[in-house]
Amino acid sequence: MSDTILNIENITKSFPRVIANKKVTFDIKKNAVHAILGENGAGKSTLVKILYGLLEPDEGNIKLNNKDFKVNSPAEARKQGIGMVFQHFSLFDSLSVKENLILGIDEKMSYSDLEDKLENISSRYNLPLDLDAPITALSAGEKQRVEIVRILLQDPQILIMDEPTSVLTPQEVESLFVTLNALVKEGRTILYITHKLEEVISICDTVTIMRSGEIIDTSSTANQTAKTLATKMLGQKLDDLKTNYDHIKDEVNFEVKNISCDFNDPFLTDIKNISFQVRVGEIYGIAGVAGNGQSELMDILTGENINIKFGSITFDNKKIEKYGPQKRRDLSISFVPENRLGHSAVPELSLSENILLSQFPKNNFIKNGIILKNNVDDFANNVINEFKVITPGNDAKASSLSGGNLQKYVIGREISSKPKILIISHPTWGIDAGAEHSIRESLIELSQNGTSIIVISQDLDELIEITHKISVIYDGNLSKPFKTSEIEIEKLGLLMGGKNE
Amino acid sequence: MNSLFPSIVSRSQSSGLMNFFVPIISIVLTLITGSIIFVLLGFDPVYALYTFFISPISSTYGISELFVKATPLALIAIGLSYCFKNNIYNIGAEGQLTMGAIFGGGIGILFHDTNAFWLLPLMIFAGAIGGASWGLIPAILKTKFNTNEILTSLMLVYVALFILDYLVVGPWKDPFGYSFPKSRPFSESGRMPLLFDGLRMHFGLIITLFLIFVSWFIFSKTIFGFQLKVSGYSPKAARYAGFNQTTLVFFAFAICGAFAGIAGLAEVSGPIGLLYRDISPNYGFTAIIVAFLGRLHPIGIIFASLVIALTYLGAEDAQLFLQIPSAVGFIFQGLVLFYLLGAELLINYKLTYKKLL
Repeated sequence: MSDTILNIENITKSFPRVIANKKVTFDIKKNAVHAILGENGAGKSTLVKILYGLLEPDEGNIKLNNKDFKVNSPAEARKQGIGMVFQHFSLFDSLSVKENLILGIDEKMSYSDLEDKLENISSRYNLPLDLDAPITALSAGEKQRVEIVRILLQDPQILIMDEPTSVLTPQEVESLFVTLNALVKEGRTILYITHKLEEVISICDTVTIMRSGEIIDTSSTANQTAKTLATKMLGQKLDDLKTNYDHIKDEVNFEVKNISCDFNDPFLTDIKNISFQVRVGEIYGIAGVAGNGQSELMDILTGENINIKFGSITFDNKKIEKYGPQKRRDLSISFVPENRLGHSAVPELSLSENILLSQFPKNNFIKNGIILKNNVDDFANNVINEFKVITPGNDAKASSLSGGNLQKYVIGREISSKPKILIISHPTWGIDAGAEHSIRESLIELSQNGTSIIVISQDLDELIEITHKISVIYDGNLSKPFKTSEIEIEKLGLLMGGKNE
Repeated sequence: MNSLFPSIVSRSQSSGLMNFFVPIISIVLTLITGSIIFVLLGFDPVYALYTFFISPISSTYGISELFVKATPLALIAIGLSYCFKNNIYNIGAEGQLTMGAIFGGGIGILFHDTNAFWLLPLMIFAGAIGGASWGLIPAILKTKFNTNEILTSLMLVYVALFILDYLVVGPWKDPFGYSFPKSRPFSESGRMPLLFDGLRMHFGLIITLFLIFVSWFIFSKTIFGFQLKVSGYSPKAARYAGFNQTTLVFFAFAICGAFAGIAGLAEVSGPIGLLYRDISPNYGFTAIIVAFLGRLHPIGIIFASLVIALTYLGAEDAQLFLQIPSAVGFIFQGLVLFYLLGAELLINYKLTYKKLL
């Protein structure tokens, strides 16, 4: 068949405790955008790593243009015409765009040739670049452009894009799609890895759906809807989440006023005069593209950073901006930072021990400095049962749990103490849809019982699904709040890209 | 074709069982390597190993000597585990030991003609204070100025040794000592009581066992022990939990220093009885090996201290009966540490040969 560029036949790859790819077989047509859709852990990454020479399959064959294709390194894969743009950029932050591009070139090329080539690529594919800008000064979208240009310098036939829109604003996504269309028109093939259903329908021609390492279906996207894709991807139907505003009291119990904080560090974002209010029982969302001050703001909200330059945080009429994390917990403020392993949980410790990281006054875990192990174990078992954490027991190490299970456990730990306010960053980052759904459900339930919740997240769908109000953080500034039910996505997108009004 | 040099790849899971066996494997490999060394030196390996490891403890006196040597090693090692669990690399226990000996010994010299029940407790207390305050210097430097505690604690060892040197040739020199660089002997009540007549095993052993038990309790049952562990595994998680890491660094150094200081005092008021230049055959450094060989666990440290103490005794016997320099003891200590670290690496990582085309 002449219009097939890549045949993947019976690829199997297993890791010590999991089979990541089970007899994966499908064809990719030339000159098209081919999506691989699946939840986290479905085996998408393993498959593309095999294609890109980062992993070796246990079994199976791949044919590129009807010839056997076997590569042992990304450099070889690039030579054969396969390029890949990773989800996490591999750029040198302190070097300029041009320097980064030069470093990515495998063959020898003169400087003027390079500049000509770059100009050509930039204009042809809608990829404007400032060659002399340092990478630190670029937005996520611009960094991605550098990555794409770097790959295009090698003139690949197939371009693998791994979750390319996860860090982009809606406008940047539009512009990326223009680029992808231009590439396909020229006869290139795009392999588009994603778990976002809408993207598959709007940009991809064919979709391969993976679940637990197996191919569920490969078909044209023409007759698919988001619903039909979701059912195939998840293998089960999830109920729609229902939020309402009835239970919210008209009483502010958490107020941040004019918080500013300078770090004097090019890799951190200064916090600039941020103010917002949260009412009792309200879910308040903070949207924004990664790296715009979210983690810096989170540290200030949790008390891990109390060296603010200016401003106040008031909770239940107490000024708490100088309180450390434990003092805030004593007031029934609970928090879950973005990173599970090594921040909200210690991977080397057991689940029981991890309970002790977050103690509230009513917990009764410690008496005269001595740990009351039975109380801690009971609490851990309770969290495990109530939040359906899959684990052999409370003595299992945190590192042995899957991301979704550990996140359920950490959030369960916080929720079980019935805090008055929960501050949570990226609650469902990097976990499977089942766990994602149950976490969102428990957040909504918690708010209905009178807990105020602040959610910092890059995932707009998530914020729109569960929050009552949303504001957007951009370069350390926070926008005014909008009612989630009334805001338009375009408006949020503009704010996320730093375009105010 | 495979590449000539292996690359190191992280294992997805490290075996718990192997983890337990690491110390035993390292000791076995040390013995094998040791035999090879003895053969190369022209000795019958069985006889040499017997001289080194069995004959030193084939008498009651030998066993007592084993405990005399193991006592400071175990006490310092258990102190070091407060630091190492917290991921603080205190290399300066030898200096803290010396300072403990100076402070406690100073009291002993001051009251050299006093015989009272309170003298020894006061000396022990002073020894603990001396070691702890010496340990707190790198703690302050680390928390205030972000200096590397490996360097500062190590350099302070030499400062402490020179202070001791100065004292025993200067102000604290024994007026009746024929100008030898040593102090007056302590009074009888300033000496560690002996546990058995005619053997050098002393009360320091009881203190050590008691402090090991207390440490076991702290590590496994108290929130303080938990905080040390969390802060060692993940400083970020400790900050999230609201543990005060500056305080933890101070406590870890102070406790370690105090234990080393008591060990130093126990040496000078036990077997030695006065202050002079060479009060410790590097106990403070060797205890680092003991701490790791014992996996920072109280029971493990007890066994490890006995094994390493045996290398000291073995070296003396080897010098006596085989005419091998006693430095061979350090070779054995080095081998144990080498195999320990190597085995640990291989538990968490594996070597693979990458394919070349």
